[in-house]
Amino acid sequence: MAEREPTIDAGAGPAALRTSPLAHLEERMRAAAVTGARGVALTERPFTTMVNLRVDIASEAADRIGKALGAPLPGQCGTTTASGPHTVVWLGPDEWLVLSQADATAVTAELREALQGAPGSVVDVSANRTTLELGGPSARQVLEKGCPLDLHPRAFGPGRAVSTTVGPVPVLLWKVDDAPTYRLLPRSSFSGYLARWLIDAMSEYRGPEVP
Amino acid sequence: MLLISCPWCGPRDETEYHYGGQAHVPYPENPADLTDEQWAEYVFYRDNPKGPFAERWMHSIGCRRWFNVLRDTATHEVLTSYRLDEPRPELPQAGGIR
Repeated sequence: MAEREPTIDAGAGPAALRTSPLAHLEERMRAAAVTGARGVALTERPFTTMVNLRVDIASEAADRIGKALGAPLPGQCGTTTASGPHTVVWLGPDEWLVLSQADATAVTAELREALQGAPGSVVDVSANRTTLELGGPSARQVLEKGCPLDLHPRAFGPGRAVSTTVGPVPVLLWKVDDAPTYRLLPRSSFSGYLARWLIDAMSEYRGPEVP
Repeated sequence: MLLISCPWCGPRDETEYHYGGQAHVPYPENPADLTDEQWAEYVFYRDNPKGPFAERWMHSIGCRRWFNVLRDTATHEVLTSYRLDEPRPELPQAGGIR
């Protein structure tokens, strides 16, 4: 694949050389999209900034971090808080994942400053996971083929995010809106399998509904 | 499939968890003073009751926290789950001690 060979662009820096974990499946994901009343589409949203944050939620450091992010840390499983470019996802009773549109180095530095040496950690894990976006009227049915959670809107509404499995792959499943649009955050090394799994699960919605 | 309630995340399928053996096995206070037999007892010997059994589980796919579960080994019924810093809850013994 000579045309994909990276070329060094002096001005753009190393970011220009990045290849997303699902770059090789981009065409197949686009071709798998289904339109219409039973529509469902799959895309990758690569290179999101992700920062793993561990701190005692009852501490002053947690308050400072909440102020720095512009939103308090969510205190319950499944909840998220959002402010500006940041979304904070609950991972555990003292662990969060900060998803952000901002630059990873800047977010990490800002949070580390807010931590002020209190017990806890701020680690840039942007390369750990990639983001798959699954949207469309049939998106919930596609996920329900392999996710043990109750995904009914009354139990899993917009703004909810939980760690679970889709097929055999552990993912962070985040519902963004009521379209419904879901974002799945698997580990990068599992993302190829998950994308193929989802493409296969989406294929039946191309045809008419089987009664 | 067991439906286990994580103290932090609520009820989830067994596949999200990792089993950790019997709970409430204290580390010996003076390991150096133990005879080989006592050490083997601590390392390898576990209870095998028929009925309620306290065991450790970890929510490996979810919050990655260890906690304890009280499970009936005869019926596989998950009776209750509780955090590591909580004592083993007393169960009402409806049918007496099984």
